[in-house]
This record gives sequence, structure tokens and C-alpha cells, in this order.
Amino acid sequence: MLASLPPPDTNLALQMEGVRKSFDRNLVLSDIDLGVAPHEVVCLIGASGSGKSTLLRCINLLEDIDQGRISFFGEEISAEAVDVNQLRRQIGIVFQSFNLFPHMTVLQNLTLAPIRVLGKSRPQAEAEADALLGRFGLLEKRKEYPDRLSGGQQQRAAIARALAMQPRVMLLDEVTSALDPELVAEVLNVIRSLAKAGMTMVIATHEMGFARDIANRVCFLDGGVILEQGTPEQIFRQPQQERTKRFLQSLTEAGRL
Amino acid sequence: MISDPGGFDDTPLLVAGGPPSNSLGGGRRRSKLHGRRAIAVSAASTVVLLGVLAALFFYAPGSAQVRETFFNIPDARTAFLGNPRGGIFSELDALLINIELFLSAEVLILILAMVIAMVRQLSGPVTFPLRMMAIAYTDFFRGVPLLLVVYAIGFGVPALNLAGVSTQPVWVYGLAALVLSYSAYVSEVYRAGIDSVHPSQVAAARSLGLSHGQTMRSVVIPQAVRRVIPPLLNDFISLQKDTALVAVLGIIEVNRAAGIVSSTDFNYTGYTVGAFLFLLLTVPMARFTDWLIARDRRRRQAGVAH
Ligand SMILES: Nc1ncnc2c1ncn2[C@@H]1O[C@H](COP(=O)(O)OP(=O)(O)O)[C@@H](O)[C@H]1O
Ligand SMILES: [Mg+2]
Repeated sequence: MLASLPPPDTNLALQMEGVRKSFDRNLVLSDIDLGVAPHEVVCLIGASGSGKSTLLRCINLLEDIDQGRISFFGEEISAEAVDVNQLRRQIGIVFQSFNLFPHMTVLQNLTLAPIRVLGKSRPQAEAEADALLGRFGLLEKRKEYPDRLSGGQQQRAAIARALAMQPRVMLLDEVTSALDPELVAEVLNVIRSLAKAGMTMVIATHEMGFARDIANRVCFLDGGVILEQGTPEQIFRQPQQERTKRFLQSLTEAGRL
Repeated sequence: MISDPGGFDDTPLLVAGGPPSNSLGGGRRRSKLHGRRAIAVSAASTVVLLGVLAALFFYAPGSAQVRETFFNIPDARTAFLGNPRGGIFSELDALLINIELFLSAEVLILILAMVIAMVRQLSGPVTFPLRMMAIAYTDFFRGVPLLLVVYAIGFGVPALNLAGVSTQPVWVYGLAALVLSYSAYVSEVYRAGIDSVHPSQVAAARSLGLSHGQTMRSVVIPQAVRRVIPPLLNDFISLQKDTALVAVLGIIEVNRAAGIVSSTDFNYTGYTVGAFLFLLLTVPMARFTDWLIARDRRRRQAGVAH
């Protein structure tokens, strides 16, 4: 079946074709087709459990897929022989729960992978880390341990840690869901600045206002398929599918849209 | 450019638990009063308990005899200092052997146990035989009494007549037995520590491109080791006293020296002295371990994880 697929599209940063993934008997992604162009920002929306996190984890090869193909700048990455460590350097992922390393300072969190994986010298890695921390308003926190930081600061540090590897694509998985409401804006602003700088991103989010103004394209995930996709205008103003309408309706009622 | 509004930077994530300062002051005063009373009560109850125990000891029908055979002052002196002319070894000197044994055993155990724990962490079919061996190793050495391991290695290995291996000084076999047996326990302690590091930490490290080995070395092991220090020290307390078991190989450590004193004087005081010397080693370690655990708990409650 795979043999019949045409070669991956070299114009796309990311391409998922017929991707299927299940945990035991539970089919989580049933037939995902998704292309992301360079510099594009794609937002994934959908109810909890609709498979957003799993989709992102599959792209980063944190999960093996059962069927289909994932390509990165025209190269198939879902094949057995792919060097996952080599690939993961180029794709940054940020998690809902920050996952900073608690036994390292913020600076050490940022320099670990550039030194260990890219073989950078410590002074160079630290200079680059400081530049990122300065950009994210965290320079005074460079020697602090993560648990001395607010949630918003921790999440900005986690984003900076991913960026320290100079990835070509960033995957963000509900990065504001664990934050107190007053800390959400500072993190969203960081992401907006990334979008402005042209970073290719796939963002799973519950922040519909944010998705509306940052996304080039919005995909509504439901039951493991991309039920509907389009510009924010199309999805939020004129959703075609009944389930999309109902999802957006439920958000409006909850006061989140 | 993103600038951080100063307010966020000054907000600590977690504030150490406790009521506001004025009510804290009141609480402290109350607890001081309470504290003085508590000390008086506990002192009194300790005196009463010790008094009852002493009374039982001194008024027991065989008290005089036991005091003579277990707490004989001149014999205790001989046991401590030895008597070269009578062929009696000083237990104080012998204690150095125990200390040397457990110090070198500790270092070797920490290394061997880590290797075993790492092997058990491996995944994939290629490493299956290694994993099986590591499991068999821990099952075996946790299941067989240490004394039997000491016998088996101390008498079995020399009898094998293997060039280089069978002609070592006796203490090497004793040390080997301690290391083999304790590494099985300590590798399980390590493993529990490794398992306690949340999988999301591994995902974060791997997503940055770190290999499995780099992830273990830089992210998992450092967090695991911090958490297992108290249970590790606990195992080392029992290691300290289990160094006594190598006596059966004829090594003159405290237990053996005590045996010699006792059989020469026909008196058990030498063993009492031996017990006292072991307590001298283990009690400070036990207090230190408790102090570490309490400090960890305080820090966790204050929201500081390291
Ligand atoms: N590691 C896992 N093992 C088993 N089931 C999982 C695992 N991860 C996710 N799932 C299941 O996959 C489904 C989709 O989860 P997820 O991708 O986290 O959705 P979302 O991020 O949209 O909330 C859920 O039913 C969840 O229970
Ligand atoms: Mg999710």
C-alpha cells in the first residue's frame, strides 16, 4: 500500500499521509492527512481526547505510527531506518506540563542539548541561551532552578529550551493549559513573536481567540480524523460540519469563545 | 521582542507553607510552652522506663552471674586493647578491618549495582540475555543468606584452583561476598529511583535529540540518585554490621576478635564490647539518614525539590 504512494512533497515542511495510530484496541488517529508549508502556523483544535497530543507526538516520533507516512521537508521520517535523534534536533516540542529538568538551572536546561547533541562549546551554548532568555524576559532567572519560577516563566523557559536547538519546526501541545489565567498572555506573546519571525508551527490549543489570530489554518480534530480544516475565518465563522458547529457552540456556552 | 512585566519575575511560584507572620508568632509561643512541658514529660517517662528495666536487670535471679559474664570490667579492657602476650587481639584494632571492608565494599557496590540497574533498564530483543542474567543475579543474591555466600566464596573459590583467582588473600573473598550480595539489593533501590522519575522527563530529553544513554546519564540518573540516598544509607547500615560475617573465614575483625577474647577468658564480655563498637559505627549513620529524610521532607513541603 505504501509502495503506491507518490514521493513526498518537497515543498512541505511536514506531511502526514494516511496516518493511523492506536493504543491497544483504541484507534486514536484513524486517517490523518495533513500538510504544513514552511512558515505556516497550523492550529489543532478539538475536544479533549480527540488525538491532538498523539498527532504531535507521532510527528516527533515519540510514538510509532501503525500505518501511513510522515515526511519532513520531503524526506520520509516514519521509516524504520530513520535516525530519530538526528530528526528530533530539527523538531522542537513543548508540552503542557513544561517538563523542565528540575535538577538543572534554567541555563543548564537550555544548554544541555546544544552541548551534548550538537557538540557546541559551553561558552557558545551559554551565549546563545542568554540571547534567548533575554528575548523571553528570563535573563535574571538563568541561574534559578525551575521550581523557583512561576508557571508562565517555566513555560517560556521550556519554549526557549526547544528553540536553543534551532529547530526548523515547532510543535506546541496546549502550552497554556496548565497555567493560571493571568499567566497565559505572556506565553502566547512569546508564541506570537515566533510566528512573526516565520517559525513553522503546529499548535494544539484550547485558546480559540489565540488560534483565530495566529493560525494560517485551523484543523478540527474529531474521533481521530481531521473533520474539517480551513482558514480561521472559515472554521470559526462558517463551520460546515455539524460536529464542528457543536464543538464551537459548547465553547461559546462555556464562555471560552 | 518580549519584555517581562516585572511583576511576574518577583512572584515566587510556591511560598513556604504557614500562616501569616503575626499568627505564626502566636503559634510559636504556644509551641514553646508546649515544648517545655513535652520535654519534662518525656524526660520523666524515660527515667521511669530505664529505672524499671534496670530494676528488672539487677533484681533478676541470675543478675550477678550475667553481670560477671557480660559486663566484666577488666575483661572489657582486655577486649578493647588486646593482650599481645596472651594472643588476644585488640577489638579496637579489629574495628579498622570492618571499616576498611565496608568502605571498599560501598564503593564497589555503588558501581556494580548501577551497572545491574542499567542493564535491567535496557529494552529490545538483542539485550534480552543480558536482562535475564541481571534478573537471575538479583533473584539469586537476594534469596541466599549472606552467610552462605561468604562460605561459598571463601571456601569454594580457593578450592577451584583457578590461576590468579583462587590464590587471593582471604579478605578479598569476604569483600567479594559482601559486594555480590549487597549489589543485588542496591540495584533494586536504584531501579525504584529510576522508575520514580516521571516518563515526561524522558520524553522531554528525547525530544531534544538526546540518545537513550545521554538521557539516562544527564536527566534520569541524577534525579534518581538524589531520591534514593536515604534508602541507600539504610542498606549501608546493615552492610556495616554484616561485615561481621566474614569472621567465619578467619579474618580478625571485631566479631572474630571478640570470639577469641571470650574463649580465652571464658567470658562473653568481649562480645558486649564488639556490640558496642558496631553501635559506634551504625548509630551515627542511622541518625544521619534520619536527618537527611527529615530535611528532604521539609524541603518538599517548602516546594524546593533539591
Ligand atoms: N500512551 C497512551 N496509552 C494509551 N492510550 C493513550 C495514550 N496516549 C493517549 N491515549 C489515548 O488516546 C486518545 C487521544 O489522546 P490525546 O492524543 O492525548 O488527545 P488530546 O490531546 O486531543 O486530548 C485518548 O483516548 C487517550 O486516552
Ligand atoms: Mg492533549
